[in-house]
Amino acid sequence: MAILLKSTKELEMQIDEFLDAVGQGGLVFTLGVKYYLCKNSENFKEQLKNIGSLEAKADSLRRTIENKLYTHTLIPEHRGDVLGLLESTDNIIDQMKETLNQFDIETPKVPEVLHKNFIDLTEMSVLASDALVMAIRAFFKDINAVKDHLHKVFFYEKEADRIGDNLKRQAFQLDLRLSEKNHLRYFALHIQQVSDNAESVADRLAIYTIKRTI
Amino acid sequence: MILFFLSSGLFLGWALGANHAGNVFGTAVGTKMIRFKTAAIICSIFVIAGAVISGAGATHTLQRLGSVNAIAGSFIVALSTGLAIFLMTRWKMPVSTSQGIVGAIIGWNLFAGALTDFHSLRKIVITWIIVPVMAACISFVLFLITKAILNRSKIHLLQMDMMTRIGLLVVGAFGSYSLGANNIANVMGVFARVTPFSDLTIFNAITLTGVQQLFALGGIAIAVGVFTYSHKVMETVGSSLLKMSPVAALIVVLAHSIVLFLFSSETLEHFLASNGLPTIPLVPLSSSQVIIGALIGIGLLKKGNLIKLNVLGNIGLGWIATPILAGLIAFISLFIFQNVFDQQVYHKVTFDLNAEVIRQLENEGVSDPAISTLQHKSFENPATFESELKTFTKLSPEDRKKVIDYSLRELFKIDQHTLTTKINRQWFSAGQVEALERLIDNTYNHRWQLVADLKNMSPEWHYRDKTKLNKRFNKDLEQKYQIIFEIFRMSNTTELK
Repeated sequence: MAILLKSTKELEMQIDEFLDAVGQGGLVFTLGVKYYLCKNSENFKEQLKNIGSLEAKADSLRRTIENKLYTHTLIPEHRGDVLGLLESTDNIIDQMKETLNQFDIETPKVPEVLHKNFIDLTEMSVLASDALVMAIRAFFKDINAVKDHLHKVFFYEKEADRIGDNLKRQAFQLDLRLSEKNHLRYFALHIQQVSDNAESVADRLAIYTIKRTI
Repeated sequence: MILFFLSSGLFLGWALGANHAGNVFGTAVGTKMIRFKTAAIICSIFVIAGAVISGAGATHTLQRLGSVNAIAGSFIVALSTGLAIFLMTRWKMPVSTSQGIVGAIIGWNLFAGALTDFHSLRKIVITWIIVPVMAACISFVLFLITKAILNRSKIHLLQMDMMTRIGLLVVGAFGSYSLGANNIANVMGVFARVTPFSDLTIFNAITLTGVQQLFALGGIAIAVGVFTYSHKVMETVGSSLLKMSPVAALIVVLAHSIVLFLFSSETLEHFLASNGLPTIPLVPLSSSQVIIGALIGIGLLKKGNLIKLNVLGNIGLGWIATPILAGLIAFISLFIFQNVFDQQVYHKVTFDLNAEVIRQLENEGVSDPAISTLQHKSFENPATFESELKTFTKLSPEDRKKVIDYSLRELFKIDQHTLTTKINRQWFSAGQVEALERLIDNTYNHRWQLVADLKNMSPEWHYRDKTKLNKRFNKDLEQKYQIIFEIFRMSNTTELK
């Protein structure tokens, strides 16, 4: 029983660390996009490295948590839900890392006039992911507070879609080559994908929350 | 031979362990919250503890219903119950050991011509009807309280998981204890009067009476049932029947355990009585019906389709079909066992309403002008004697019972050897033993004569006033008298006169 108590405490901490990694990933992602747009390549590379290590940490924590949940047969009723939740949340930080990587590899040309749109889109997507992290924390610790955060996720995701659509519309109105326009649209979609992922995790979470109430 | 006769009770115990442990630990094991091995060990320990420590309460009620007085009779009663359960299960009908054993005892009463105590029967039947409702109310309230607490407290999912596991273990242990205490009466109750064991003192500290040793044996049979066959039942209960959260399951098991405990604890009965509160009858219950009641309690709150009318109908059917079937099987088996295998399934008793008995009854205020018409008549069947008394006298049913009890003819002889070897001096007080010693070599034809002499010798053989507070003392004294009657009764009653 003592071993089980100890491993429960450890697991609680690891779940918290995992969510911390996803939350920090959002901050690093925002900074990374900003540094890229202002062509501060040194700091951009630094953020790229940071998000890489955060993503690796999140992956490793997720595997450890999954392993412990199964070996100690913890939360049998919610184990599947929790694992699904962690895996889909991990996809969000993966998406952030992947997007910064694409910026590094493909170095899209972003006209200055679209910089604010890109920053707004990134911030809104990260806000959705942050609200999701809060909702997941509440799922573990304060089930009644989950919906207080979930509605924010849905709000930020819609807002990110609106900003993303504006950005694409503006991009296609600019005097650019079609390939450049498409390239910008592709990056807007990548950033939007962060909030889209957050929304789909939030949908799952809403169902898990109903299941968790006795 | 004794072990052979006990085997039917042990089989019942095994069946009880195999089926009813699922009610206590089914959800915990089925949902993988607790490993089967852990559940089986805890269940076994606490079932045995419950049976030995608190098993007497519900047994008294069964004994009052009908005192099976020959071990071959007890064997048939337990075997008939087992057969009835087997057949009902084959026919996919709901079944309860408690209801089976009551039917089988009544079957024995009818065969042996013994009187069925309708007061006890009424008490048992009313309890069966009330208990599922009571379990529903308890689980309903517990569910509301738990939900309110959990909604207010911010407990981490993993901590809640841990607490639920500990809760399921603790409640499971409590449930197993209550199951042992309440249902051992079904398994070994009919053997209690004919127990082959004498008192056993372990390390000069703990004394186990013959009945307690019998109950321990029954508890072990239940434990064997738990280890050998309950795993599948637990998996079924946990994964298919009770689709609910572990916390809800915890509440259902807790409600089940509380109800079983309420109807088996003599300590609680004494506590209630000493505080001027109404007491709860100690009656063996159907563990499954209590669980169904508790589930209905939660179903009411969930507003789902948990409550199915056919389930309620099945409970009702179980109340009627099981005792009738068990009673029928018992009656037929007793007939076969007595006439084909030449076994004594009940001890013949003689009732002799002589002048001495009539005088004693008059002294105690029981008299009727017509009673003398039955004087010097001998009866071998209490039912015939009762019907004669009913025809010729205007005595009340209570007085008729007293006449029958006082006319019962037995031969008791107080002898030094039995007194030294069979009287447990840790249980009997010094004054009580001294009174017995002063009666050495005395013989008696009736129980009341021996009782009167013992009362004359020592005030410690006197019953206290019939208050609820004194119920425990009087019950203990009644048990002592029963032991005295059993050990000093001469086997050949024809010696008297």
